[in-house]
Amino acid sequence: MAETELDHVSGKTTTGHQWDGIKELNTPLPRWWVLTFYATIIWAIGYWVVYPAWPLLWSNTTGLIKYSSRADVGVELANLEKIRGDKMVALGAASLEDIEKDPALLALARARGKAAFGDNCAPCHGSGGAGAKGFPNLNDDDWLWGGSLEQIQQTIQFGARSGNAKAHEGAMLAFGKDGILKKDEIVTVANYVRSLSGLPASQGYNAAAGAKLFADNCSSCHGENGKGNKELGAPDLTDKIWLYGSDEATVIETITNGRGGVMPAWVGRLDPSTIKALAVYVHTLGGGK
Amino acid sequence: MISIKDAAAKAGLMGQAPLQRESNMQQVQSTKWMTHGEAGLTLFFTVAAFVCAFAAAKALDAPFAFHASLAAAASAAAAFAIVNRYFDRPAELPPQEINGKPNYNLGPIKFASVMAMFWGIAGFTVGLLIACQLAWPWLNFDLPWTSFGRLRPLHTSAVIFAFGGNVLVATSFYVVQRTCRARLAGDLAPWFVVLGYNFFILVAGTGYLLGVTQSKEYAEPEWYSDLWLTIVWVVYLLVFLATVIKRKEPHIFVANWFYLAFIVTIAVLHLGNNPALPVSVFGSKSYIAWGGVQDAMFQWWYGHNAVGFFLTAGFLAIMYYFIPKRAERPIYSYRLSIIHFWALIFLYIWAGPHHLHYTALPDWAQTLGMTFSIMLWMPSWGGMINGLMTLSGAWDKLRTDPVLRMLVVSVAFYGMSTFEGPMMSIKVVNSLSHYTDWTIGHVHSGALGWVGFVSFGALYCLVPWLWGRKQLYSLKLVNWHFWISTIGIVLYISAMWVSGILQGLMWRAYTSLGFLEYSFIETVEAMHPFYIIRAAGGALFLIGALIMAYNLWMTVRVGEVEVTTPLALQPAE
Repeated sequence: MAETELDHVSGKTTTGHQWDGIKELNTPLPRWWVLTFYATIIWAIGYWVVYPAWPLLWSNTTGLIKYSSRADVGVELANLEKIRGDKMVALGAASLEDIEKDPALLALARARGKAAFGDNCAPCHGSGGAGAKGFPNLNDDDWLWGGSLEQIQQTIQFGARSGNAKAHEGAMLAFGKDGILKKDEIVTVANYVRSLSGLPASQGYNAAAGAKLFADNCSSCHGENGKGNKELGAPDLTDKIWLYGSDEATVIETITNGRGGVMPAWVGRLDPSTIKALAVYVHTLGGGK
Repeated sequence: MISIKDAAAKAGLMGQAPLQRESNMQQVQSTKWMTHGEAGLTLFFTVAAFVCAFAAAKALDAPFAFHASLAAAASAAAAFAIVNRYFDRPAELPPQEINGKPNYNLGPIKFASVMAMFWGIAGFTVGLLIACQLAWPWLNFDLPWTSFGRLRPLHTSAVIFAFGGNVLVATSFYVVQRTCRARLAGDLAPWFVVLGYNFFILVAGTGYLLGVTQSKEYAEPEWYSDLWLTIVWVVYLLVFLATVIKRKEPHIFVANWFYLAFIVTIAVLHLGNNPALPVSVFGSKSYIAWGGVQDAMFQWWYGHNAVGFFLTAGFLAIMYYFIPKRAERPIYSYRLSIIHFWALIFLYIWAGPHHLHYTALPDWAQTLGMTFSIMLWMPSWGGMINGLMTLSGAWDKLRTDPVLRMLVVSVAFYGMSTFEGPMMSIKVVNSLSHYTDWTIGHVHSGALGWVGFVSFGALYCLVPWLWGRKQLYSLKLVNWHFWISTIGIVLYISAMWVSGILQGLMWRAYTSLGFLEYSFIETVEAMHPFYIIRAAGGALFLIGALIMAYNLWMTVRVGEVEVTTPLALQPAE
């Protein structure tokens, strides 16, 4: 063990220890460090006096103010009840039409609906309800299963092809896969369908054959004029709104393999007043009928 | 002791060539003996190879079969390597001293250093990938093995336990020898520790990819990996302790207190958090003994002290050796080192409950977790003061020595994150920060800034010393590494601060009617730009590490050899 020596840079002596050339200075503890350390300890002791802190044999110290985070939650829930408790009861009791007529109930339903929509519907329909490929836009006035308040509520409750007994059923047939139409027939009818909404046809397309194929195979659901049928969820083919896309390849794909997008049933997962609020919210997004 | 012939016969390797080679080399020696360690380990690994092969055949699930086969192959290779090494070595084991100077054992340290660099780059790469997955989810590739849920624990374990763990093993084995002036205890034991530890990492990491996990954060490896780690860790403790006990210095150096605290406490934490009952001894699935809130409390007692004792105490040990060594200055205050060591050790172990604020954990436990975290502030800063103030009289070196700059900046990040941590443990702050990206930012200011930089600094010092090189291949490249990585860290943590606070505020925003203002998906959308910035920061950090790997590789390959004082023969004062 080496002797202690004076370090000229710091003016301190070393401790005399040395390891692999490393020495240590005999510097006292920095005062601000000691004082701050004591301050945190005193603060902690004070906190223990005021708040629940130490376990005892069968319970724990409760602290002067008897704080309880469980009780805090109770207070917050009571506040919430005060803000909207009565109104939520009124919302549950009112009919869909009455909700839309009463500005206060409408505001509550839209606020509740927006929150519920963000958590449950936005993943498919988008946070603004604008939809995506295969997931309908809820802002326009084109409705597969009807856009009245009751129809929207029905769709939310039971869904489409969801497995629920009351769900909307019926799907677009797979005309190609199931051998109902041949490949060239599908191309022809696809061109005909595109022509219904004014889209250009590809070369060598036989309009008369297309019309005949449409009348024989498609009109039973989509109607003679292609205007669709909300009872069956069959889309209007004459407008510019396409759930899966309007290009020829996509239309051929749709006719070949069919379509049957699923909307889950929300009855049982969301309470009735929330579904009501959602119906009102979606109805007032812009396209409600 | 077992004679050479017995040992060779037992291992079934009785051949003419090795024996003849031996007799030529060792004519003056009387008889060569296998040590108890060699014989015992050969026997152990031979038995283990058969047991593991049997387990692989009986395995109930594919990952277990894979891991058992891996273990069988590794055991057979270990048994073979020990016997082979025995035939190649001289009759006498390496001496403890040569000409009165300690004969340091550097082989296992070299191996752990190389593995640290390898796992570091692997861990940073996976980190970058999962950062990109959060910004662009299609990068999950719709495959189970590349999904975020499996890669995230791969990233955390690779950087903490694989990179950090190898740095700790390498530096602890180096520092304990140099500061005790004693050769590392044991002949095969140090190799058992470094190889066994890296095998644990291999099993744990491949397990994550195959979906094997017990779903406890930072303690994901399943029961059989845990058992193996326990064995390795006990040997690690014994090697370290035995070296300290046979030291030639009257006192134990401060870094060794920290290393010892790290090794002992990690053992206790590992055993406390992991008791589990396997569904079958031939399957990978097990159930943890603890349940409900007790399990949560055990988990975060473990989780927070993994931070406290693995990522803090262990790396403070690195700081206490490498900063004074590199700065060539005495440690600022011996008294501070004692006081802050014991304060840190005593207080850290209480702080875990702050991970469970506003949960089912009883209020009194939350109070203790928070108050002990606050009291931990100064003990943590004691290390920072000692690290930074050791530079007094040598601050000018920061301009010319980027390695020292890296070490010092790591201490600055340590100080910053040990202030941020206690602040975030305060319940009102926590109610905003918890579950947000702020936590991720906090962890990474500690992980990238403190643990990463102090490790880089230590490896930059260690590699030339281990391979007997005069200096690093290029200080200029170290400078590039320093700046690129520092910018990366700043991008990372500032992006996460903004993102985390924004996220926290969006989550708690209510309308006048008491409904949430924002849906969860809207908060995710708001995070997107910050996730891109974070990924960019991570990419810079990775680039820095690649520059480092090149620099170290070139140091070993073409670095100028230090001829005058080969390390093994150098006096330790």
